[in-house]
Amino acid sequence: MNVNDSRMLVLKDIRIRLQDRLLFAPLNLTVHPGEVVTVMGPSGCGKSTLLNYICGILPPAFEARGSVRLGGRELTGLPLEQRRIGILFQDILLFPHLSVAENLAFGLRAGHSRQTRRFRVETALQDAGLEGLGGRDPATLSAGQQARAALMRTLLAEPEALLLDEPFSKLDTELRARIRTFVFEHARQRRLPTLLVTHDPADATDAAGPAIVLDRAPALSDGNPTAAAADPENPKTAPPPVPTAPRRP
Amino acid sequence: MAMIGKPRLGLRWILIPLLALFITTGATADPTWEDTEKTARGQTVYWNAWGGDDKVNAYIAWVGEQVKERYDITLQHVKVSDIAETVSRILAEKYAGRNEKGTVDLLWLNGENFHAMKSNGLLFGPFSGRLPHYPSVDTITIPSTTLDFTEPVEGMEVPWGKSHLVFIHNTAQLQNPPKSASELMAYILAHPGRFTYPEPPDSLGSTFLKQILNELTDQREALQKPVVESTFGAVTAPLWGWLDAIRPHLWRQGQTFPQSTPALRQLLADGEIDIAFSLNPNDASAEIEKGNLRDTVRTYVLAGGTIANTHFVAIPYNSSAKEAAQVVANFLLSPEAQARKLDPAVWGDPTVLGLEKLSAADRERFTRLKRGIATLSPGELGPPLPEPHPSWMERLEAAWRARYSR
Amino acid sequence: MSHETRRRAGWGATALARAPALTLVILLAPIAAGLAGTLLPAFGWLPVVGAAGFSLEPWRILLADPGLGQSLALSLWTGFATTSLSLLLALALLATCHHTPWLRRIRQILAPLLAVPHAALAFGLAFLIAPSGWLARWFSPWATGWDRPPDLAGFGPQDPWGLSLILALLLKQTPYLLFMGLSGLSQLPVESWSATARSLGYGPITTFFKVILPSLYPLLRLPVFAALAFSLTVVDVALIIGPSTPPTLAVRALRWFNDPELSWRLPAAAAAVLLTLLVLASLAAWEGTVRLLGRLSRFWVIGGWRGGMGGIARRLALGGGGMVFACATLSMWGLLLWSVARHWSFPLAWPERWTLENWTGQTDNLSAMIGATSIIGVAATALALGLSVACLEHEARQRPTFAGRSLWLLYLPLLAPQVGFLFGIQVLLVWTGLDGGWPALVWAHLLFVLPYVFLSLADPWRAFDARYQQTALALGASRARVFWRVKLPMLRGPVAVAAAVGFSISVAQYLPTLFAGAGRHATITTEAVTLASGANRRIIGVYAAVQATLPLLGFAVALWIAKRRPG
Repeated sequence: MNVNDSRMLVLKDIRIRLQDRLLFAPLNLTVHPGEVVTVMGPSGCGKSTLLNYICGILPPAFEARGSVRLGGRELTGLPLEQRRIGILFQDILLFPHLSVAENLAFGLRAGHSRQTRRFRVETALQDAGLEGLGGRDPATLSAGQQARAALMRTLLAEPEALLLDEPFSKLDTELRARIRTFVFEHARQRRLPTLLVTHDPADATDAAGPAIVLDRAPALSDGNPTAAAADPENPKTAPPPVPTAPRRP
Repeated sequence: MAMIGKPRLGLRWILIPLLALFITTGATADPTWEDTEKTARGQTVYWNAWGGDDKVNAYIAWVGEQVKERYDITLQHVKVSDIAETVSRILAEKYAGRNEKGTVDLLWLNGENFHAMKSNGLLFGPFSGRLPHYPSVDTITIPSTTLDFTEPVEGMEVPWGKSHLVFIHNTAQLQNPPKSASELMAYILAHPGRFTYPEPPDSLGSTFLKQILNELTDQREALQKPVVESTFGAVTAPLWGWLDAIRPHLWRQGQTFPQSTPALRQLLADGEIDIAFSLNPNDASAEIEKGNLRDTVRTYVLAGGTIANTHFVAIPYNSSAKEAAQVVANFLLSPEAQARKLDPAVWGDPTVLGLEKLSAADRERFTRLKRGIATLSPGELGPPLPEPHPSWMERLEAAWRARYSR
Repeated sequence: MSHETRRRAGWGATALARAPALTLVILLAPIAAGLAGTLLPAFGWLPVVGAAGFSLEPWRILLADPGLGQSLALSLWTGFATTSLSLLLALALLATCHHTPWLRRIRQILAPLLAVPHAALAFGLAFLIAPSGWLARWFSPWATGWDRPPDLAGFGPQDPWGLSLILALLLKQTPYLLFMGLSGLSQLPVESWSATARSLGYGPITTFFKVILPSLYPLLRLPVFAALAFSLTVVDVALIIGPSTPPTLAVRALRWFNDPELSWRLPAAAAAVLLTLLVLASLAAWEGTVRLLGRLSRFWVIGGWRGGMGGIARRLALGGGGMVFACATLSMWGLLLWSVARHWSFPLAWPERWTLENWTGQTDNLSAMIGATSIIGVAATALALGLSVACLEHEARQRPTFAGRSLWLLYLPLLAPQVGFLFGIQVLLVWTGLDGGWPALVWAHLLFVLPYVFLSLADPWRAFDARYQQTALALGASRARVFWRVKLPMLRGPVAVAAAVGFSISVAQYLPTLFAGAGRHATITTEAVTLASGANRRIIGVYAAVQATLPLLGFAVALWIAKRRPG
């Protein structure tokens, strides 16, 4: 992998505390373009907090230090809307007051002609296998269709990185596998550095990239910056648990 | 509504004639005053009276204590912001057929409200002649005790206090105040923004209109009779000319007017205007006493005299405590109550009693009161001008509204 | 629900099943009767003043009245300006703060404003902005050169354009709409929507208007209607600080109702009917405009414009919110100062001499007033709570009652102009012999307390997780027992807050107390408005302070109950 690739997502020495307790050991992580890194860990270990930190929407009760760089830009201190990070949530959030096509158009940046906009939305709908459904109310789509539409909306906004917050956890097993493949394909195709947070080992297997496990930090251990540094290139990192078949929770 | 109303209606058809019979027989028996006082014991009197002045409220509270102690009557002061609300309520009661057990037992009124209630049959009486203290009322030198805005009182209401239009100014700002309509106009033109009057139909505002009309018109006799539509324009033309001329030079360019006597007084206290006026000749003294006005404030009257009238209490036709209401009205006329009312430290409202009709001891109650620092002597106060017929008030208010409230 | 459970539920369920109907009768019967009692005189039928035939004469008099057009225009202008400004300000504040911790803080800062009655704020504001008022005093004479109050035509309280009236109404409507907005936001997945839109590159303020508002406005529609109807028909505030030559239509109607010449009741009734029509037309026009804006803005919503951080909008919103907050707070402090002032003349910024006389002189009266106000408030609130809980509980077990389309029935008392039906109600009460008694008074208050109590209780009640009940039922407890021992204790917080809201609404009622109480039961508010006619700021200050303190106490108690552990 090319370390000089200017499009990578770099997390450096990230420490998040809640009431003087460090949530996890200081974290160092580099996600290369087109790579999907999986962050795993038991619930409550701080996975979502980490995502919130990367997005810059950490609740004020938390205290955080460290640096997030994307494509050579320092993101720390920037508001979410200027970070150019696409997010897919657990709940697929198509806006109920807009039709499917309008939801996609919402993702497009301003400045194109009407025809161009319509064309790009149509192409995206086709990409997602949603031809002819543009005028529908999002609530009438199936869960899988909604998930694909949501990804298309995110991609139309031309993000430079993708964060996936357990985006498949509400789908049933078979659908989950298909959507997962669909998302990963699009992410790789666009060479987006992608961070996937999940507690489903099958997600990690499918991602076929490095996986890290967030450990609870030992109390007051942040005096030592190298402790439990989780980096794919760091030999100390634990290998991900990779069961062969996904289990239902 | 119908379901609740019907059975009661049926009952009413039986009850009303019975009660009417009872009332008529009661009336022919002509109860003595002692009987009235006896019946009054234990009754509750709801007295609807303007509640905008804490001096007056405190005085009424004192009356309540006195009648409780002496006659075992519970007096409830129902404070209203405009007595017309009460007239409206009595009207609603009559509309709904509630001809006894009304919610109002006594009300403080005069002039057009009296006229309206009397002509619509909303008043109980005549009764004032029965009151033991009534003979002490000075009906000779205060003709307005029997002619309320030219409307004959005929015993339907009891005089309570005397009003006399006086002007109030702060000597620290204004040494020689204007004493006639023309001087006043000259002053207003020379000092724009420093004069205003309460907005009719506020009684003080309407009285101001009548005062100026009285001075300017050349047909004063017409004012003592009901308005004749055909001559109204001619009689009042000088007034409108005068008002039109001063309007742009009034406080806030005459686009806004204060709403009441105390509001006008507050403008004087704040220094927004130079001259205020009041229907209570002791008003300025009482307000100085309370710390609301500076002690450099003084009272004066216009050279040609000013309008005076009387304010009264009356009993609605459907009062549920007519006896107790009469006992209270009688107490209000007692030398003790009238003297206390005159004290500027209490209220400062002039008495309607003729002092020469009182015993020496009672007279003493009045004469020992020190006249307030800003109160004029009877001589300085000058002769009272009579109130025009109440139809003028109504008509002037309507014409004023049509002219300036649009 | 099966037959089995229905039979077991017994009379409790029967009572619950009747609750919605009973609530409607309590709310709607007086309004229907009141409107009838106003409509008849408007068409010439008021036998008591000798008008017994139907005619259009009252309308002829009304329409021929000089200045009617200006009054109409003034009502429309103040009503629409107040409502659009306060809605805009409330939305701007929500837009600026919806993604920040300020959202909670705003709630805490503005809560006291909700509790302060309109009239009290209007008095305070009148003193604040008068040419001889507090603001002018701070800058005089050193900055302005005024050693006497200036004569500023068209500025200050009662200005002919109604600007001071608009400001006074704004001080109350903005917090009200903001609160309704906050409660609306709590029903939407705001955080995820906002994160999604922002991750697509949209600024937070653009996010609010493009994504959140389209779903929030339907929840705000009825509160906005109530605000518009209130602004168009308000009487007490307009009397204190509104223009008078000409006044607004509502004040004009009230003046005629109060005219000593009784035949004016007929055009007064016609004016009240006209006002009701004006409200209806205004609501329709508002709704039409909103829909049109919604349609026109669709192109903008999906056009891709991201907006920035909205620095200007943020400053405008915070500035506007700050101004509302400052005006309201200073208004209240000004009145408090007056209540302990003896001499305080222009241009001094602080009283020269202080006194407690204004308070000590009123203690007897005050304690009686506080007693009466509390009794009425507690009774009306208790009844409103009982009815609301019964309706909601019935709904939880059967089907929605006041949800969706039928919700407007609850809002009816807030939408109908008070001058339009209170005279009619007075006649109804007199006719049934109820007027002047406590029941009538409590009923009249209930009309206005019930909608607010129901509305503030409905969301938490509907959000209650039914599994708690199911668990308890599975353990063998009866429905009643589960309700009293599980559901009610768990919902005590929302119940306490709804009670505090109801109590504060009751404390603020002026016209209903006046009309239903036959004036026999004075409350702090009727006393304060009556004293306002006396313009004595010292005493008004005393009463306004008490008037504002009572509801605040209610809220304090509610908070204490909500935080306390049960048992």
